Amino acid sequence: MFACLHGSGALTALAFEFSPVVEQTAPHTVTLDASGLDRLFGLPQDVAVAIARRASEVGVAASLALAPNPDAAICAARGFPGVSIIPYGDEAKFLGALPLALLGPSQELRETLERWGIRRFDDMAALPPLGIAERLGPEGLHLRELARGEAERKLVPLAEPLCFEDELELEYPVDLLEPLAFVLARLINGLVTRLATRGLATNELRLRLKLETRATHERTLRLPVPSLDTKAFLKLLQLDLAAHAPAAPVVHVRLAVEPVKPQAAQSGLFVPVTPEPVKLELTLARIQAIVGEGRVGSPELVDTHRPDAFRLKKGTDAFIAARPKNASVPFLALTKLSMRIFRPPRAARVALTSGQPSFVAADGIRGKILDLAGPWRTSGDWWTADPWLRDEWDIALSDGALYRLYCCPRGWFLEGSYD
Amino acid sequence: MIAAALKKQFESVLGGPLEWQARPAPEMLPSGIREVDDATGGLPRGCLTEIVGPASSGRTSLLLSILAQATAREEICALVDAEDAFDPASAAAAGVQLERLIWVRSRGAERALKAADLLIQGGGFGVVVLDLGDTPPAAARRISLTSWFRLRRAVEHTPTVLVAVARQSNARTCASLMLECARERAEWSGARRASRLLRGMRARATSTKRNMICSPVFTAVAL
Repeated sequence: MFACLHGSGALTALAFEFSPVVEQTAPHTVTLDASGLDRLFGLPQDVAVAIARRASEVGVAASLALAPNPDAAICAARGFPGVSIIPYGDEAKFLGALPLALLGPSQELRETLERWGIRRFDDMAALPPLGIAERLGPEGLHLRELARGEAERKLVPLAEPLCFEDELELEYPVDLLEPLAFVLARLINGLVTRLATRGLATNELRLRLKLETRATHERTLRLPVPSLDTKAFLKLLQLDLAAHAPAAPVVHVRLAVEPVKPQAAQSGLFVPVTPEPVKLELTLARIQAIVGEGRVGSPELVDTHRPDAFRLKKGTDAFIAARPKNASVPFLALTKLSMRIFRPPRAARVALTSGQPSFVAADGIRGKILDLAGPWRTSGDWWTADPWLRDEWDIALSDGALYRLYCCPRGWFLEGSYD
Repeated sequence: MIAAALKKQFESVLGGPLEWQARPAPEMLPSGIREVDDATGGLPRGCLTEIVGPASSGRTSLLLSILAQATAREEICALVDAEDAFDPASAAAAGVQLERLIWVRSRGAERALKAADLLIQGGGFGVVVLDLGDTPPAAARRISLTSWFRLRRAVEHTPTVLVAVARQSNARTCASLMLECARERAEWSGARRASRLLRGMRARATSTKRNMICSPVFTAVAL
């Protein structure tokens, strides 16, 4: 059983709602394979009613025909307004009254048939096949088959547009995260199932919440690698919404996912184990909920001489992008003396002797300076609105610890300790 | 009787006495400091190692050396920084590949403990560091032994080295290895008040392992 829609509106989208095999026959004609729909709806009449009802719901104005073969359905949809159902074996009888021009014969053939007085389907269907083959050739024979409703062919299927999004109108406004999580779980499960059936995964989730105040709240989650882990998606969305809660109760939820090919990778036997990307993303999101946003990531040095300048790269993209380096350093030649930074720098009271610091007191640190090196003057960014200028000393206090002390226009500060 | 007979049969096949209760020795991760590795054999994987000592005792230099070793082996490491004291510039200079390091800038020991627990449960890390180096001793001591035991259990049977840095030992019996750092002397160059430079620091790391005490001395040089 095939169905044909001829008219205007979103014909293709409507057809894909009923069948995965859809042919765009002409700009205003769409044919679909309706076999199997009887199991869902019952008799062909019921199938036709279901399609017609949905068409009126989505605003499609089209004539609909159901027939045992695609071409008969196309002819009926183009020839008869409203809904037509052609029973098996009655194709020629049903289509007989239609004008032959509907089949779109070539100009030469049309003129010949006009001269013969053949103007309707039943006229053409009544002609003997042998005589047609002798006088009109294969095109004439094909035209006779179409007129009799006997032409059999396969549909040329249209690729389904990859649009994975789902939405849900809530019966009452939801202002708590937990009930919203149930709604999200339902949407995520549906979308992931659709992705999985097409052998796809996703690396981006876009959530759009309509609020009671008519405002919208949008969140986008990006994953380092494509995945189909519904539990991880739900937890990530929950954590994100907990950190960025909507300003008012939610009345409508719309979730879209970006379809991408799933990642296929085989790890080597001798490659060190690394955290699973999606699991790591989830772990980092959980930690971020504990320590605060922007406080978890991979540090990156900034190309400047400004002290304590760094950037924190968010997410796990850095680890995915990190290429294996053939750096094998079993032992460093020299162990480097490292610093521990005080953030923010500790304001210090400093006593000077002969222009050099001789005593320091700061929060938790107090002592006489036994040894020092400095000052070293550094400055930069004087061409910007945020310049810096400081004199630095390395000092050894009477408690035995080594610190870095600096003096800037704002006063004296302890930057950190050598450790 | 049957068990004894089976044991005897196995021992005859294997050609020696069989230690039924013997646990395989843990794999070791070198610290990157030859003196420390020669003395301790490295840091045991699947175990908790404590690095303790006062300020300017070489704890951070030792820690960054361990991270440099792990990241050079293409392992992903995590540093949970309880007082936000980590210096990325020092780490890069010490050879740590920053793109293989996750830095959790926590505020307080309790949050840091939770973050470390989540990271260990997540799995797949070469080294997880819980840095309580600047946490006041009283606050660090408030972490219950149960929490340390939980961390130790979580890291067991994994290839992860769990390192805790603090001013004093907090994990006590939960730590498989303890490295107690102490400064010996700072090394300066140049005449006093004229072109004087901090050249480095000499530190001693006393380790207690299997009832053997060793005290390797290493020198950390200034950048």
